[in-house]
Amino acid sequence: MIPQSVGYIYVVAAALFILSLKWMNSPATSRRGVFAGEIGMLLAIVGTFLGFDVHNWTWIAAAFFIGISVGIPIAYIMPMTAVPQRTALSHACGALAAALVGTAEFYQRQPNASTELGAIFVIPVIIETLLGFLTFTGSLMAMGKLQEVLPQRPITYRNQNAVNFTLFAIALGIAVRLVLVPTDTWLFPIFAGLALVFGVLLIIPIGGADMPTVIAILNSYAGLSACAMGFALDNKLLIIAGALDGSSGLILSIIMCRAMNRSFTNVLFGAFGQIQVKQGAAEQRAYRSAGPEEAASILEAATSVIIVPGYGLAVAQAQHKIRELFDSLTRRGIDVKFAIHPVAGRMPGHMNVLLAEADVPYDRLYEMDDINGEFPQCDVALVIGANDVTNPAARNDKTSAIYGMPILDVDKARTVMVIKRSMSPGFAGIDNDLYYMDKTLMLFGDAKAFVSEIVKELPAKAAA
Amino acid sequence: MLATFVGLEIIRKVSPLLHTPLMSLTNAISAISVVGAILITGAAHATMLSKVLGFIAITAVVTNIVSGFLITDRMVKMFKKREGKK
Repeated sequence: MIPQSVGYIYVVAAALFILSLKWMNSPATSRRGVFAGEIGMLLAIVGTFLGFDVHNWTWIAAAFFIGISVGIPIAYIMPMTAVPQRTALSHACGALAAALVGTAEFYQRQPNASTELGAIFVIPVIIETLLGFLTFTGSLMAMGKLQEVLPQRPITYRNQNAVNFTLFAIALGIAVRLVLVPTDTWLFPIFAGLALVFGVLLIIPIGGADMPTVIAILNSYAGLSACAMGFALDNKLLIIAGALDGSSGLILSIIMCRAMNRSFTNVLFGAFGQIQVKQGAAEQRAYRSAGPEEAASILEAATSVIIVPGYGLAVAQAQHKIRELFDSLTRRGIDVKFAIHPVAGRMPGHMNVLLAEADVPYDRLYEMDDINGEFPQCDVALVIGANDVTNPAARNDKTSAIYGMPILDVDKARTVMVIKRSMSPGFAGIDNDLYYMDKTLMLFGDAKAFVSEIVKELPAKAAA
Repeated sequence: MLATFVGLEIIRKVSPLLHTPLMSLTNAISAISVVGAILITGAAHATMLSKVLGFIAITAVVTNIVSGFLITDRMVKMFKKREGKK
């Protein structure tokens, strides 16, 4: 059915996608990677137009036009701090498309159900639709949480897992029935509805701190549903690209999970349900706080500083101020490094992008394993809006919910300064012992405002 | 299956530094379902239902392609720029 030439075009497109991911390995080749991806996509679309008997041009052209005119502003207006939300949104769009195509396929073949709706066709369509709808609502929920439209705290209720499981079982039952008796069309909307509801239920119990993992998982689902679509339409390009996407999402989520010492199931079903109970018992403890002048003089006296950025940096959009601080300290001959925890921020690599936007040289950014050994030799660790990833409880408190999670050993630095809006616990809902240590100074305030005040103090001191 | 394997191999090599652009790139690539959407909308005997669904699907997915690639490029450019300076 597919003309030979289109087959070749598809092979080239698939190869370009693979190359494009490969070139994402290093910043030096990454632009080439994006370019390869673009060409691949173009080839795929053109190939489809050429190779198949495509009708209804007006519909397609109109859809393309709307898509392009919406897409361009999104790409340029979206601030870098909102990248996690955008990614979630685009997962939602992609998944919705896959789900709708699956639905359309199903109904379109209905008239000749007996010959065209064999299990080979229905099974992929079912998978595609299930994952598609589930990812659609799930991503919307994730986006709501990231945008803080919805509460970031895990929403939990009793028997949650039981309810989820029952829903899933029903959906599965309907799926099996549809495969066996594909003419039961009335079941299909119910199935789609269940998938939609399931997506919501799956994501609402997950807290803000787990969002990086969730986004990665949703990424993987979106890819898998494209892959299933490929099987349904017998289109190899779809299968390959979908599988690439699915596996990349999977790998990222595994990396994220490992970074938090938790398993998939734990992230998906555990929430941080039990901790809230314990939290009430925490009594008021003493801590030290300081103003910008004191912070500036401590920084100036240091010879090595490690900055630990977190989500608070993103919220306050403080990346440019951090860069000024970095410049100012570097000019004084102070060694400044950035320690990036794998799950800092709200999606994988979030901090790197922000700091890149502010022009911080990326060879000053260090990953957790590379920098942890340096904290004991470092004079000042400046924590900006990061919390759980620096909590020593993960190392020494067996009862803590985050016990065993790899953390940045900030507490080993000679002095620790923490810029934070208040003493409230992080998204995991856990108090951080780091804040109560004798060598810790709490700097209360908005990350952006506070850092700029420190920067202002620094030149004044130098002149004196 | 092969693609999954290749995918796993490739992604493992990508440094966390580039995870965000990577994700937005895979996002754009997953918009390959545009092919499926075109086929369903453009089928000769397409019903009204599949035309409407396909229309929405193409719109969503083209939005993804365009914004996905552009934003990835924007991010990657920022990494690139600094390299030029060094």
